[in-house]
Amino acid sequence: MLELTVKGSKKYFGWMALVLGVIGIGFCVYVWQLISGLQITGMSRDVSWGFYIAQLTFLVGVAASAVMLVIPHYLHNYKAFGRITILGEFLAIASVTMCLLFVIVDLGQPMRLFNVILHPTPGSVLFWDMVVLNGYLFLNLIIGWNVLEAERNQVPPPGWVKPLIYLSVPWAVSIHTVTAFLYCGLPGRGYWLTAILAPRFLSSAFAAGPSLLVLLCLLIRKISKFDPGKEQIQSLAKIITYAIILNVFFFFCELFVVFYSQIPEHMDHFKYLFTGLHGHGVLVPWMWASLGLMIFSIIMLVIPSVRKNETTLAIACIAVFAGTWIDKGMGMISGGFVPNPLHHVNEYVPTVPELVITIGVYGIGVLILTALFKMAISIKEEVAA
Amino acid sequence: MESNRRKFLKVAGISALGIAGAKPVLNAFASEQEEEAQHADVEIRKNEKALTARQWAMVIDTRKLQSEEDLKPIIEACHKTHNVPDVMDTENAEYDEDNQRHVIKWIWEEEYKHAFPTKSTEFLDDRLKNLPFLVLCNHCENPPCVRVCPTKATFKREDGIVLMDFHRCIGCRFCMAACPYGSRSFNFRDPREFIKDEDRNPEFPTRMKGVVEKCNFCAERLAVGKQPACVEASNGAIAFGDLYDPESEVRQLLKSNYTIRRKQGLGTGPAIYYIV
Ligand code: SF4
Ligand code: SF4
Repeated sequence: MLELTVKGSKKYFGWMALVLGVIGIGFCVYVWQLISGLQITGMSRDVSWGFYIAQLTFLVGVAASAVMLVIPHYLHNYKAFGRITILGEFLAIASVTMCLLFVIVDLGQPMRLFNVILHPTPGSVLFWDMVVLNGYLFLNLIIGWNVLEAERNQVPPPGWVKPLIYLSVPWAVSIHTVTAFLYCGLPGRGYWLTAILAPRFLSSAFAAGPSLLVLLCLLIRKISKFDPGKEQIQSLAKIITYAIILNVFFFFCELFVVFYSQIPEHMDHFKYLFTGLHGHGVLVPWMWASLGLMIFSIIMLVIPSVRKNETTLAIACIAVFAGTWIDKGMGMISGGFVPNPLHHVNEYVPTVPELVITIGVYGIGVLILTALFKMAISIKEEVAA
Repeated sequence: MESNRRKFLKVAGISALGIAGAKPVLNAFASEQEEEAQHADVEIRKNEKALTARQWAMVIDTRKLQSEEDLKPIIEACHKTHNVPDVMDTENAEYDEDNQRHVIKWIWEEEYKHAFPTKSTEFLDDRLKNLPFLVLCNHCENPPCVRVCPTKATFKREDGIVLMDFHRCIGCRFCMAACPYGSRSFNFRDPREFIKDEDRNPEFPTRMKGVVEKCNFCAERLAVGKQPACVEASNGAIAFGDLYDPESEVRQLLKSNYTIRRKQGLGTGPAIYYIV
């Protein structure tokens, strides 16, 4: 099937060349980072994780959200999703790959990466994060490949794939739960020290991932002969609606506990993010924008006529995606580090090289996603013809 | 080699073997052991003079450390002994104001309200308000940094010291997120650019970029029967000893003085006690 990824129109190759160019630039800057160290990033002694780890956190969610297609399709026998489940699984593959790359670009000594395997440490959540992310990648590769191949040959997928599909459901939940456990089990980091973190991560993921998928479906319909389907998009829209409402609800639960209990170590981070602390507040407009976008999207999505109109639905999906991305990709990580454990306020702002490397990694994700989607769509066109 | 080095770190607490020709360190051993060290399965024995304990601990008597001037020699003694780079050295060609983000510190000075943020109050007495506090790694009895490290590069030794293997650390900085005391520093850049040749202590390794570091309770000095450098430089303001030995100096001080610890409520069991 791979041959389908190297056949295509001029436009397809033009796009791939462009993406490769972006990756190339990112790679050059990464080499610079390898040589001179992480000093070229905006991270510091106080904010020791930044943009890279934040993107990892967000993308684990996008990857996990494939389960929102798998559950209705395989557990509830919702046939309509049969058309697009493969898209969700391929999106997961691209996202997990980016996650793993973000871990690597964040390491101070990437050449020693395999120390994690040479000296396995089951007490460390990062060890488990590596295990579940890699496992999820392989699960989706095997499942996606076999299901698609069967579709091409117009036979049912081999029987042994079924158990793997069932396994992928809890596995998807586990990847984002473990990622939340990276943060929420640390004493003295009040912003993360909350049992609602994993549920919050999951709900925002189940809103962000399907939103991206809706946008991709609309794009696919425009540029290919394959139509993911109106019903499919509407079902996704309902999933997004529930998930984004849950996400905001969980956030308000957190706000209540923090501000009614009035415990300073927990409040200070929220104050820093939403009002600024001791005159520092680079993230304040962003955080309000994030909350505003999420609430705006809820208002749009709960109105049936707005949700059913694909143009306004697309706008709502963009709002969901942007809102959840700011929340996790910007606020979640640096917010936990400011103020620092000694209550000094030192802010974090990513640097240009850091952003270029980030975009490079996203480029690799886009490259993988384009190739995989191209493969899936070609087969769908082939079967339909 | 890898496991031998590690055993060595664990037993003897010397991390200086990493640099070639670390003669003085090897001298800590009897000469026939030095020869044995050439062979594959070397048995590592402790130096006879090595100090041992169940949990090393420190009592800092803040009554004896009145001003910045009192702390300076202590901090300097530590940072010199351990080749801690001064990235804020204005005379260095690499100096930039922005280096502030990349400072490496093992032991440093904080105000009361930062050293004890949960114990601070607006109406603090004048003495404490203006008193400089020494802070360093607490060598916690239940250290979260050890719990999170995915490679066991940070580990707790049987004498309670939370030690680091600079050669194993992958620089993931999980330990920095986990430490609730900000005790850890990351080498965002090559630290050797900031260590002048004439200042370098050849008995202790310098680090490379991309690894985390922190106070090691002078494990390399304890191994040869010496007290930690900061204790030696403190003119009796810092006491060091075994927390579980009722006869030790620290226990005597704890018995007769009211002491506080940093963020005790988190359950990390910090082993640095402050007499205030
Ligand atoms: S003070 Fe921090 S670095 Fe030191 S042992 Fe405790 S948690 Fe670890
Ligand atoms: S930075 Fe090094 S010492 Fe710290 S957790 Fe990672 S591997 Fe362990």
